[in-house]
Amino acid sequence: MGPFVPDLISDQLNLVVALAIGFLFGYVLEQAGFSSSRRLVGVFYGYDLTVLRVFFTGAVTAAVGVLLLAAGGLLDLTAIFVNPTWLTPAIVGGAIMGLGFLLGGFCPGTSVCAVAIGKVDAMAFVGGSFLGVFGYAELFPRFAAFADSTSLGPAKVTTALGVSQGVFVLLLAGAAVLAFTVGGLVEKKVAPETAPSRHFPVRKHVAAAAVLLAVAAFAAVLPNRNARLIAKVNAPGYVPHHVVKAMTPDELAFRILDRDPHLRVVDLRAETARKARPLPGTIAVPAADVLGKEWRNTFSERMVRKVLVAETEAEARTAAFLLVETGFENVAYLEGGYPEFERTVLSPAAPEGEGRFAPVVERFREQARVGLAERVRLERAAGTAAPKKVKKVQGGC
Amino acid sequence: MTKDSPMNPYLAGFLLGLVLLLTIFITGRGLGASGATKNVVVAAVNAVAPHHAAASPFYSKLLPPGHEAPLKGWLVFEVLGVLIGAFVSGLSADRLKLVTERGPRVSVGGRLLFAAAGGALFGAGAQLARGCTSGAALSGMAVLSVAGFVTMMAIFGSGFLFAWFTRTLWLGAKAGR
Repeated sequence: MGPFVPDLISDQLNLVVALAIGFLFGYVLEQAGFSSSRRLVGVFYGYDLTVLRVFFTGAVTAAVGVLLLAAGGLLDLTAIFVNPTWLTPAIVGGAIMGLGFLLGGFCPGTSVCAVAIGKVDAMAFVGGSFLGVFGYAELFPRFAAFADSTSLGPAKVTTALGVSQGVFVLLLAGAAVLAFTVGGLVEKKVAPETAPSRHFPVRKHVAAAAVLLAVAAFAAVLPNRNARLIAKVNAPGYVPHHVVKAMTPDELAFRILDRDPHLRVVDLRAETARKARPLPGTIAVPAADVLGKEWRNTFSERMVRKVLVAETEAEARTAAFLLVETGFENVAYLEGGYPEFERTVLSPAAPEGEGRFAPVVERFREQARVGLAERVRLERAAGTAAPKKVKKVQGGC
Repeated sequence: MTKDSPMNPYLAGFLLGLVLLLTIFITGRGLGASGATKNVVVAAVNAVAPHHAAASPFYSKLLPPGHEAPLKGWLVFEVLGVLIGAFVSGLSADRLKLVTERGPRVSVGGRLLFAAAGGALFGAGAQLARGCTSGAALSGMAVLSVAGFVTMMAIFGSGFLFAWFTRTLWLGAKAGR
């Protein structure tokens, strides 16, 4: 499951990947004709809309692809970098870049391509961009507050507009086809002799647009893999692939105290609940994120029994089924949820059991109460009780 | 194919989208360009005036102690790749030539001056917006970030707004190219 950084590809190898990806990026941009400033600015005067076509097609292709990979369970959307938004700085910075585009005839990426094939104006542009960054850096303290204003974090348009990703990407593809159609008409009107679109075979382009819209529509209606799995395990009559066992509170307490190396307790409870009523020796995993990539290694140790602890038994069982459904083995859940554990093992006023083992159980629970409390105290003192920090991909310009 | 006829733009856009998708799939991040400029400037300032760099809130943020050298950044290597890839493409299409491309009404000196000014504005604007056409707009749109769409609309919106004022730089006396 992607992305492969930082788990499979190290930081060093990632630089080699960067070089290879840059090669492809530069090759495609140059092939698209983006090493010519007059072609690039043509989009603003209507005589050459290559920029609109390449840029918009590229964005839609990538957006549809991301959606398809995520739906197929090949890409973990929670692990990829979403560039954070500073709203007003983005608008003002974008407006400055727009003016820079018209004066300079390039954007940074295309200027590098043009330098590579010997455009002297592009070399001036790159030289200027160093000065621009230097000037910005030197004057930065004066508007640092503005640069960090209106921060929205890694906001997504789909959340902001309240539509699903699939619907939004379909609308984006539709907008692209509309823009291409109108743009082509404008281009032929402005520059009937030189417009690139005068050579386009209409039928082929209509067919390509139809394919694009069909794929986008398919991506829009394709159910997300996780949603599909959740529906599957919640369906009546669901039988898991592998055995999913329930573990009694007493067994869990015993194995924790025993420091059983073949046991891994996974705490699915919310952070507040975990802090208020801690269990020692656990790994905290957000309940909504059990299928996340970063927990893979934890769950794939086959000889270790993974016991899921949640607020309710149903929640822990559903999570266990999800894990089993994705191929993990030796998964169990805590019977009765955490409240049952608290009621039987942790409360001094536990109801008396029946039968001849009742006194033994009572004695064990008394020891367990002390032992577990001691373990929690030790963990807190050592600072190991803090939840694991999630490794996230860093990106951005 | 003649010298000046590029690839079909939709095919090029599709390939560009695949490159971006591959980047996201492998590395979890998008493409970029202006970030490399920033890294080079930071490295240069740090080499020439390390005390000044340490005192500035802009440079010091990018030069935390124990940090890798800014020239060893992902985007620096990516942009090196862009240079090589574009060169190979230009070579294969027989487009390698030292030339100053300019509008019919601009002198060579004027073109270079405006190109440098445009580069300076783009460089500064990209710092404020945290990315340029590639890093913020294109890559941001692919992951459906608000920043991606806002930056894209701001760049092109402002471009259309200013186009009338800069028309002597690009257009002939008559309309059209």
